[in-house]
Amino acid sequence: MAGVLQVLVLLVLLAAVWRPLGDWMARVHTDERDWRLELGIYRLVGVDPRSEQRASTYAVAILAFSFAGIVLLYLLQRLQTLLPWSFDRGTVEPGIAFNTAISFVTNTNWQSYVPETTLGHAVQMAGLTVQNFVSAAVGMAVAVALVRGFVRSRTDRLGNAWVDIVRGCTRVLLPIAGVAAVALVATGVVMSLRAGVDVVGPDGRPSTIALAPTASQESIKELGTNGGGIFNANSAHPFENPNPVSNLLETFLLLVIPVSLTRTFGRMVGSMRQGVSLLAVMAGLWGAMLAVIWTAEARTASFAGANLEGKETRFGIPASALWANATTGTSTGAVNSMHDSFSAFGGGGALVNMLFSEMTPGGVGTGLYSILVVAIVAVFLAGLMVGRTPEYLGKRLGRREVTCAVVVVLTMPALVLGGTGLAIALPSTRDAMTNSGPHGLSEVLYAYASAANNNGSAFAGLTVTSGFFQTTLGIAMLLGRFLPIVAVLALAGLLARRPRVEPRPGTLSTGTPLFSVLVAGTVVLVATITFLPALALSPLAEGLT
Amino acid sequence: MTAPPVVPAAHRSPAEAEQLHAGRTGRAVGAGAFRPRQLLESLPTALRKLDPRRQARNPVMFVVWVGSVVVTVAAILDPTVFAWSIAVWLWLTVVFANLAEAVAEGRGRAQADALRATRTDTVAHLVDGRAVPATELRVDDRVVVEAGQTIPGDGEIVEGIATVDESAITGESAPVVRESGGDLSSVTGGTTVLSDRIVIRITAKPGESFVDRMIALVEGAQRQKTPNEIALTILLSALTIVFLVAVVTLQPMAAYSGGEQSLVVLVALLVCLIPTTIGALLSAIGIAGMDRLVQRNVLATSGRAVEAAGDVSTLLLDKTGTITYGNRRATALHPLPGVDVAELAEIARLASLADTTPEGRSIVELCAREYGLPVEASATEAAAEFVPFSATTRMSGVDMDDGDGRELRKGATSAVLAWLDDDTDRARLEAIATAIAERGGTPLVVAYVRDLLGYSTKDRSRGGALGVVELSDVVKPGIAERFGELRAMGIKTVMITGDNPVTARAIAAESGVDDVLAEATPEDKLALIRSEQAGGRMVAMTGDGTNDAPALAQADVGVAMNSGTAAAKEAGNMVDLDSDPTKLIGVVEVGKQMLVTRGALTTFSLANDLAKYFAILPAMFLALYPQLGALNIMGLATPESAILSAVVFNALIIVALIPLALRGVRFRPSSADRLLRRNMLVYGLGGVIVPFVGIVGIDLVVRLVPGIG
Repeated sequence: MAGVLQVLVLLVLLAAVWRPLGDWMARVHTDERDWRLELGIYRLVGVDPRSEQRASTYAVAILAFSFAGIVLLYLLQRLQTLLPWSFDRGTVEPGIAFNTAISFVTNTNWQSYVPETTLGHAVQMAGLTVQNFVSAAVGMAVAVALVRGFVRSRTDRLGNAWVDIVRGCTRVLLPIAGVAAVALVATGVVMSLRAGVDVVGPDGRPSTIALAPTASQESIKELGTNGGGIFNANSAHPFENPNPVSNLLETFLLLVIPVSLTRTFGRMVGSMRQGVSLLAVMAGLWGAMLAVIWTAEARTASFAGANLEGKETRFGIPASALWANATTGTSTGAVNSMHDSFSAFGGGGALVNMLFSEMTPGGVGTGLYSILVVAIVAVFLAGLMVGRTPEYLGKRLGRREVTCAVVVVLTMPALVLGGTGLAIALPSTRDAMTNSGPHGLSEVLYAYASAANNNGSAFAGLTVTSGFFQTTLGIAMLLGRFLPIVAVLALAGLLARRPRVEPRPGTLSTGTPLFSVLVAGTVVLVATITFLPALALSPLAEGLT
Repeated sequence: MTAPPVVPAAHRSPAEAEQLHAGRTGRAVGAGAFRPRQLLESLPTALRKLDPRRQARNPVMFVVWVGSVVVTVAAILDPTVFAWSIAVWLWLTVVFANLAEAVAEGRGRAQADALRATRTDTVAHLVDGRAVPATELRVDDRVVVEAGQTIPGDGEIVEGIATVDESAITGESAPVVRESGGDLSSVTGGTTVLSDRIVIRITAKPGESFVDRMIALVEGAQRQKTPNEIALTILLSALTIVFLVAVVTLQPMAAYSGGEQSLVVLVALLVCLIPTTIGALLSAIGIAGMDRLVQRNVLATSGRAVEAAGDVSTLLLDKTGTITYGNRRATALHPLPGVDVAELAEIARLASLADTTPEGRSIVELCAREYGLPVEASATEAAAEFVPFSATTRMSGVDMDDGDGRELRKGATSAVLAWLDDDTDRARLEAIATAIAERGGTPLVVAYVRDLLGYSTKDRSRGGALGVVELSDVVKPGIAERFGELRAMGIKTVMITGDNPVTARAIAAESGVDDVLAEATPEDKLALIRSEQAGGRMVAMTGDGTNDAPALAQADVGVAMNSGTAAAKEAGNMVDLDSDPTKLIGVVEVGKQMLVTRGALTTFSLANDLAKYFAILPAMFLALYPQLGALNIMGLATPESAILSAVVFNALIIVALIPLALRGVRFRPSSADRLLRRNMLVYGLGGVIVPFVGIVGIDLVVRLVPGIG
């Protein structure tokens, strides 16, 4: 009952914020004026905020910015000893530094290290927290560029990547994260620059409980669908997520922007029906997967001798299921309970959420552009069936548009299946796995699904510190992030050049319930036909006993 | 005020034209019956197409081809009934795909042969007296063709007039008139001159004539993929790649799980998953689309044009011949006050006697019917000098040779008044004319003068305007419903007419057309097409005159009438051999049907995968994880029979769908949402269910085979 109430409160909160936040984000990205703070930033980096970029320039800006972020983050970790608040945690070793740099810049926030013992507060704040902001802003910028491609016609300009990134930070992420951080502190989330407190345990032995500037990172960790914890236990740690109120607030934060972006989209294309129909797809699939995970967890736990492993006893099964569904449905990856310990179908549900390619509702920006691309594929197939060259939002979909869409849709399955196949073929992988059999395969599959989808949640149970995993997961994160981004921007460029055709009775109408069913069907179909064999050998084989 | 017929009168009687409409543009889009024997006849071609170089053009089927080779090698190395069965059925899958294409091409070839029959060993007689084979003619050669001779190549008449039998190309037995100058000057190689003698300037190189290009297209030799086909091929190739990755990476996962799979099983899984059904039928659908147009006597110069026809959102339709019957008919006489209607009738008849246009004939007939005047001209009347209609005078009539020097004219109000240089009756004439125009009719003012130089407005005895003949358009029955359907399909119809706006709107209201372009000049048409295209709409039109050429070229689908000029035919991307503008609507339907067929079969193909997974996955891993037997909901006998059944189904479904691919899925004009819902239900849901039934059925047979069941 309390579980249902939690979901209802969450939904009411999201519904209340959807309109104002969605409209605000649309205004942010169509506003002609700059804030003084922003002008200062533009002057500092030498950008003319009024100049617009072509798709290629936009993409180069995004890639260059991200690459610079990776180098900077790598150097910060390697030079940690020179920084304040490093508490003798030493230099981060190259493999971990490489993987972590990629992980945070790609909005994955996969963690192959133990934060409390590896990173000091300087790297956490100046490195990871900064990337939490800008990587989310990059995702939003790419989504906005794609929407502009639909809105504009006969132009090759998509806006200015620098302006979009800066505004995403100054006008959306920073204000909300700031307020949320204060709210989190109020619920009891820790905010401290001390290394830790020395305590004497109940057994009489002294130990140190680590402290960190948590609230400031926690808020953007959820809001930016990042997910990298400042503590190893992530949001299961009482300092990150002390009580049901903070738990609910954090769940809300990680859903709020991806959900509200559907309104931004509807506003920008001038038809709220279009935004609502995509929201319906997200909500429908999200709700269905919540039911799967919740049922699976609740049923397992009710057996005699109850499988309490993996249950967040402070919050209960509903809050664990709700969080797991929200964190894998968005590309967040923060956890308040360990998915490895879920039942076969519960963990499988979290895995499937990622294999849907993170669009229910997906990451900040990435969710919107991913679902738009799937909508394009759906419209292409269905559009042929009404006897016309398919159109979506007044843009005719030809050979090149389909090529771009297909690159976006196929990158992830290729990375996940390729990575898993390669890893599982290596004898050394067996040693890194805690479990054997189907569950072991699930661990590996989950790791690559998490990396390629820039989710970052871990099934745990798999030790990924070896050079092989650090490298291949790093590559999966990089390609899983930037191949789709480049293809999406190319798509945006193609769309912007096309004339906008006004919709007519003869064209497939989008923004209808039938269209929502089509898009949802395409999401499920693509995931099913590509992953069913692999899933049959992992969660299915495990669960169907 | 009045306007001439915009389109030169069709060279056949209205009755004949009507027969054609009924016969060739039937309601439902369909094609000739598919004969199962065609499959056998095409088998040799299908086997020749096994050449890997030809397979490589189709990525999906190329994967099947490679898979067949791999499984065959595996079967040779480790011969089992199962391996050989799979090998045979994989090869059959490739052969069936080839068969689909071969059958489609075979049907095209029949059309091509009929066209080719027109290209005989004609001897061309050059103007300088030399005789050369038709194949050695060059562009700009001038040849003489006399009665009974076959025209050696495409060209235009530079001298003379002749009746020509074009039945070899059009199937239409009534001869047509071709003459130099104007819009009726083009002739097609292979047609026969029936009377008179003409000099033709050859306009096409041998081997590059219109018919030659058509033969190449319908035979599929020069078939280029259309834009949507390319986009679909990309999607299908991408899916194939993903399935390839899924199957290749499945092996290490299976090995890890302790159930390594044989190469034969993996290839079988791959072939069942990749979209072979649509991959096999894709090119057949394209060829069949062209073919269906040819069966309607429309020749498209490219598949792209056929596809574009499906995308058309604006149809420019000539009023005459499309919306109304080709010719307006005289229906009433309106004398001016003080003029006896008998006098008007007499003058109107005299002015029209020598006028052989249907309008002219109808005036004579009206006068005969209503006022008892003779139909035939007397000797004196026949001696009168005919003054034909011209665009500058906008009048026609006769100059009598009866000693009176009477000149009789009928034509547009303003033109006749200008000729008379007399405004006395303008107001009254215009009142009558406006009333007629509002009814959708065309007013034709009748006037005469005795000795024009001495004519004075004061002296009525010397002549003047007498009154108005009302010509009425008869809107074709059923056309309003047709436009309603087009509207539901999202297609806007625009009536093009030379009529004045008032007349045009009256006819538009009666016929239910969406919009009207009145007093249309070729420039107006071009401007209209450009403005529609600027709004992202694709435009189709028909045309036949040289002045239509720019608009035909600008339109996305330009259907030139075969009776039209060479310039028009060159500018358009289709030619209607029957010269029937109504067919434009049918052409659009064929284009749409082609797209729908592709989409429907793609959906069907993808939906099939679900059942195949349910057949193959438990079969692969049952030994490893017995609990996966829960997925064997079809109750297939053994793992071998399950996999073989899926492969056999995958092959047979191609053959089963060949008739559908050739005929095209049923297309009924309706709204996009209705079409989508229906096709999703039939081909989406049907695609999920059919293979479950099919695989179970095949399994019942296959399980009886020793070594499988």
